[in-house]
Parts: sequence; C-alpha cells; structure tokens
Amino acid sequence: MLHLSEVHAYYGKSHILHGISVVVKPGEVVGLLGRNGVGKSTTLKSVMGLVRPSQGRITFEDRDITGLAPHRVAHLGIAYVPEDRRIFRLLSVLENLRTGLDRPGVTEARRAALLDKVYASFPVLEERRNQLGGTLSGGEQQMLAIARAMMLEPKIILLDEPTEGLMPRMVSQIRDIIERLHQEGVAILLVEQNVGLTLGASNRCYIMEKGLVRHHAPSAELRADPSVIHQYLGV
Amino acid sequence: MLPFDQILIQTINGLVNGMVLALVASGLTLIFGIMDVVNFAHGDLVMLGGFVGAITVASTGSFAIALLVAALTIASFGALLQVTTLRPLIGRDPLTTILATFGVSLVLQKYALWQFGPSARVIPQPIPGQFDLFYLQYPWYRVGAAVMAAAIIGALYVFLKYGKYGIWIRATTQDRVMAGAMGIPVPWVHTGVFAIGAAMAAASGVLFAPLAAVTQTMGSDFTLRAFIVVVVGGMGNLGGSILAAIFISLLEAYASLVVSPAQAVIVSFVALILTLLFRPTGLFVSTPR
Amino acid sequence: MSARASAKGFWLCFALVVALLAAAPLVLPEFWRRFLTEILIWGLLAMSSDILIGYTGMVSFGHSVFFGLGLYGAAAALLAVSPPNLWLAILLGLLAAAGVAVFVAYFATRLRDIYFAITTLVFSQIFYVIIFTWTAVTGGENGLYFNQPPLGIPGLFSLKFSTESLHWFVLAVVAISYLIVRRITQSPFGMVLQSIRENEPRTRAIGYHVERYKIVSVMLSGLFAGLAGVLYAIQNKFAAPDFVFFLVSGEVVIFNVMGGIGTLVGPFLGAAFFLLLREGLSRFWSEYYLIPLGIIFTAMVIFMPQGLLGFWRRRLNQ
Repeated sequence: MLHLSEVHAYYGKSHILHGISVVVKPGEVVGLLGRNGVGKSTTLKSVMGLVRPSQGRITFEDRDITGLAPHRVAHLGIAYVPEDRRIFRLLSVLENLRTGLDRPGVTEARRAALLDKVYASFPVLEERRNQLGGTLSGGEQQMLAIARAMMLEPKIILLDEPTEGLMPRMVSQIRDIIERLHQEGVAILLVEQNVGLTLGASNRCYIMEKGLVRHHAPSAELRADPSVIHQYLGV
Repeated sequence: MLPFDQILIQTINGLVNGMVLALVASGLTLIFGIMDVVNFAHGDLVMLGGFVGAITVASTGSFAIALLVAALTIASFGALLQVTTLRPLIGRDPLTTILATFGVSLVLQKYALWQFGPSARVIPQPIPGQFDLFYLQYPWYRVGAAVMAAAIIGALYVFLKYGKYGIWIRATTQDRVMAGAMGIPVPWVHTGVFAIGAAMAAASGVLFAPLAAVTQTMGSDFTLRAFIVVVVGGMGNLGGSILAAIFISLLEAYASLVVSPAQAVIVSFVALILTLLFRPTGLFVSTPR
Repeated sequence: MSARASAKGFWLCFALVVALLAAAPLVLPEFWRRFLTEILIWGLLAMSSDILIGYTGMVSFGHSVFFGLGLYGAAAALLAVSPPNLWLAILLGLLAAAGVAVFVAYFATRLRDIYFAITTLVFSQIFYVIIFTWTAVTGGENGLYFNQPPLGIPGLFSLKFSTESLHWFVLAVVAISYLIVRRITQSPFGMVLQSIRENEPRTRAIGYHVERYKIVSVMLSGLFAGLAGVLYAIQNKFAAPDFVFFLVSGEVVIFNVMGGIGTLVGPFLGAAFFLLLREGLSRFWSEYYLIPLGIIFTAMVIFMPQGLLGFWRRRLNQ
C-alpha cells in the first residue's frame, strides 16, 4: 500500500536519507528501529510531504505522492502523529479534533459518530473537551495527538515516538491503542525507541542505520534472537 | 492644567481614530501572524478601498453598498496579489516580503494617481447632523464610524472563534506544518487571510473617507501608523493591536492639545521606540506565546 | 586564479572603470554629465547601505537620515561661513551623520531583523517630520539654497568647480571610498561581519562581541551615507525635505537589491540601472514611470533576488 523506494532526503544541508526503501501493506503494523539521528523521523516526514525527497519515489495505493503537499497527503488517507505531539496549544481539545473532522464529504452524523467513538476510547478527552490543548498533561496531549489523527479516518497512521517521555502506565495505554487501531484495520508505521513495545506491537520491523535500511525481519524472529537488535542498537 | 472639556473631546477623538486604525492594524497583524508577511502595501489597500468606495457612492448614492463593494473588490485584488507575488516567496527570508510589498506599494500609489487623477475624493457623511459636545458641534458620523469599525472587528472575532474556517485560520497561525498534516489547505488559508486583511483595510478606507479626503499618498501614512500599532501591540496579537491602536490614538490626540498635529505624530514614534527597548514583544501581551 | 592574479585583475578592471568614468564628461552632453555624477553619488549611498544589508545582514530603511544629515550639515556649513568652505562642509556633514549613527547603532544591537527595519523606517520619518516642521533652522518645505564652495585650501588656492571638475572630484571621493570600504570588507573585520550575517548566534557563540561589530558597521555605513549627502549638497546647492523622505531609503534598498547585495559594486550598478530606467520610462510614462519600474523591481525580488551582479558575488569578494 505504501512504498518508499530509494528515497534520498536532506534536512537543510545534511544528507539524512541515503536511498531508503520501506513497504507497508494494508492493515500491517510495521516498526522502524534505529539509533538517534539515523533518519527515522525524516522518513515519516518525507511520506507526509513535510520534507521533500531529492531522489526516489513514494507511492501510496499505486499513486505517486513524492513531494505532494501535506494537506493532499492527508486527504489521501495518511495521518501523522509527530514527535512531541504538536497539538494546537491554543485551541481547545474539541477544536483540535475538529481540525481533522471538518473535512469535505463527512456528514454531520458521521462526525458525531466519530467524536463519540474517540471519546469512548479516550474518556479523558471528553472530560477536557473545552480545555485549551496547552493545559493538558504530556500523556493527555499524546492521546489528543493520536485521537486527532484518527479523526481523519486514515488508512495508515505514521506514529513518531509516541511513548517518549511518558510514564509506564501511559506506555501500556499507548500499546493498547496501537492494538485497537490494528484490529480496526488501520495500518501503522511506528517509529519508536522503546524496542520492547515495538517488537510486541508490530508484524515486521526495519532496522535503520545512517539513512538506510540495514536489516528487515518479522518481529517474531527479532524477538527470538535479540543479538540482531544488540548489533544495531546496542540495547 | 488643561481644561477638562478639551481633554474629553480629545478622548473621544482618540477613541474614534483609534477604532479606525484598529481596523487597519488588525488586518496587518493577522496577515503577519499567519504567514510572516510584513505587508508594506497595506496602507495603499486602505487608499484603494477609499477610492473604490468614493466612486461607488458617487454612482449609487449608498454608503452601505460602497462599503460592501470596496471590501469585496479589494479582497479579490488582495487574493490575486498574494497568489502572484507572495506565494513564490514562501520559505524565504521574511525581509523579502517587505521588499516585494514595498515594490507593490510604489506601483499601487502611482496606479491610483493614474486611474483616479490627482485630486482627492470625498464621501459625504452618511450619518448627517451633529450633537452638542460642550462648545463644539460634534458630528454624529465620527461616533458612527467608530461603532461600525468596532462592529467589523467584532464580526472578525466571532468568525475566528467559531466556525470551521476560524479554526483553520487559528490552527494555521499556530502551527502551519501540523495544520497541513491535518488536511487543512494551508496555501489557500493564507490567501484567504490576506483577502480578509485587505477587505478590512478597504473598509477602513471607506469609513475614513467622510472624515478626511482620500488622497493617493495617504497609504504610506496608514502603513506606517499601522506598523507602529502592530509592533506596540505585539505582532500577531489581535487583541493587542486593537488596544495599541486606541492607546496610540489617544496619546496623539492628547499631544495635539500641546503641539501641532504634524508634530503630535512623533508621540507614536516615541511610543514605538520605548516599546522596542523595554518590551519588544509588545506592550499588551500578557502571556508570551 | 591565484590570489596574485586576481588582485592584478581587480586593479586592472578598477583602473579601466575609473578611466572610463573620468573620460565620460568630456564626451557626454551636459545633461548626461550631471546624470553620471548623480549616479556616482547615489551609488555611494547605496554602497554604504550595502555594508549593512549585504555584509552584516541588517536591512535598514533609514539611510535617508544619514544622507539628509550629510546634506543639511553641509548646507549649514556653507551658509554659516563666508566664503563657503568645502572642507568645513564635508566635516560638518560627516560629524552630523556620525552622531546620529551612534544613536541608530545602539538600536541595531538590541533589535533583530524586521524590528530593526521598521525602527529605521520610523526614524527616517521622525527625521523627515523634524526637518519639515523646524522651518526656522531647515527652511522647512522650501528647503535651503546655498552656494557651491570652490575646491581649494584657504590661503593657498581656490578653483571654482565646473561640471567636469566637480565630476572628477566626486569620482575621486567615490573611488577612494570604494577602495576603503572594500579593504574593510575584505579584512578580518569584514569576515566577522559576514559571519554575523550568515549565523549570528553561532558567531556570538564562537566568542565575538557581535554588538561591537554591529556598532562599527552602522557607523561606517552612516559615515559614507553622510558623505554622499555632502557631495549631493555640493553638486546641487539645494537641500529640501524631499531628499529625506523615507522613500529615498526605499530607493536605496531598491538599488541594492537590483544591483546585488554584498558586492559593493552591485549597488552602483543598481543605482545606474534604476536611474536609467527612470529616465527612459518617464519619456513614455511621464510621472507614472514608477508603475513599470515598481513591477520590474517586485519581479526582481521574486525571480532574481541575487540582483544583477549577485552571481558574481564570490568573485567580487576575492
């Protein structure tokens, strides 16, 4: 469904991605592992159109989306949950959700249904729906960021370090959310430092080093043989 | 000690001028806040709005229609301007937007001279009559203009706070990258906001016309004063720029009791410099963004 | 090209250009002679602005102030002393410009980018209002008329200027100024300025007192702008608030952008280009020449931001 082939990308003058190729099939949870600075976030950003690839191609459902503007990418069914959440701090929780809800072709009824569903999954958001985003705790903001992405009814969610800076209790909540999304058939491309979580939640994992994929295996295999993880991540 | 009645009159003058200036400044600050564009041609949009309004009143006799026509015409023009000259500049140094809009300002001023001729235009006051204010006959229209300006600003506030597009604008202003990632068509939001800013500028031109004549060169004066207001109020801060507009206009009004009007202008310059020295983020900013 | 060869190349080009400019008034009709002299003066003003914009990275809309101070300072000297003394005029003009430059320099260190640009704009307007309304001293709207001083040293000799000799005088002053500024921008000092333009926080982190460099930069810029004002006063024998309106500052920035910032020579070309365009366009468009000119300028900002000489910037700075 989502194909990155030989993508090169720069961040300013630094050559971050050196020809990376990644595939995500419908409904899969795919992990992207690697040390800091190898280009995991940049990979997600290049899919979303936030970073323009200098070389290579990105296709989604057989449609070339290389360098497409972010709002068009979002309309095609790709949602993005960035590192450090980046919720709209001066908008209320409900307004944050509405940025994803107010799309063409969504009826009033469906909007209400989507909202109810998200409130059911994240009751704390319903509680705080009129509060400003900036007043929420770290964990609540992460919930909001994911809930906001779900408002787009995406076919795939790009998750960037969702458990960063969260308490263990919240980490397991995130894990449950990923599982739930998987059950609903939403594909996920997961970038995470928490190796255990990633291996547990995903079907397959790519391991990156210096802007390229160095290893690629089913998660079960990686769980069984931790030496590979040791080798690339030193964990 | 200055006579109380003179002070009161100047207070009302300050408030009236302040509201019209607030209308101009809020467009400017909105534009800057969302796309980092310092619109040097903003005052010239006020001027063009005044001319279009004057022409419309001359042919239809209706002030209300003139206001509407001017706002819509200049809004469309503003949108066109943004798409042709400002979109190519996205991602570049914000100073290039000053240069580009400066070039546009030169063109617009001369164009107005060319199209509308060198003479000033006037719009007759739509609300006739005066009332007794101490020893003066104070025109009702002045009060009316302030009320209308306040109404337009109020409408803008409501639009921004509620409604889908208001959320789009506020989201894009806060984080244009994530707004795009949420499917908000950021380039069009930019164009839309520029058009809204232009419409507000045009409206202030029409409101201002019955108070003083519309001249081709009045644009620079408005731009400069709007800049001062926007910096003193905090760039991008809508409420701040409204308060700053009133504050500065009041200062100037009081100053004109002591010095000539041409020199009273220096007061606002001094206010700007003091703000930049001591509270560069703006005088009326309570929580830094 | 080795450093030796490029230095030789530079001096060759420089000598050639100066020779051409010196010979020009001998072949051009009167109008164009004066025109050429004016290009040199405006070019000097634009070059002074380039020190700030092109090398230090601070856009200023306030050069009309320094120019005006040079202009009115020289006017004051030429009116106060009889017979009018050239060197006094130059001295007074430069002092006035330098004095205000210190004031502006202070703000340069405390404000960044857009705020600095807007503040300089406001300054130029304050200055305009002062000149315009302080009629007792400045003659207000009507301006000041004065006599052209002769070239000479009191007591030794005294030569009245002709159009040609004035042109050569201006050419000499401008050429020397250019060489001085070039020397400065190529020195270690100039390198630090450019580093401030590229990345100010980094420059500060390395340990440079960015504030001091900025102050010196503003003062240099103001000084040469004032010099341009003095030259203008000498050439035209007339000072008026029009020359101090912020539009003049705007035009200076236009010269810089059109010619290419950061090149020192670019501003001269930009001034020439603008003034020639103005001459040419006003033949067809009369006073509306700014419409096509403004469009050309805006288009250049968008499509050719490096200016006419921008792509030669590296070469010119060797």
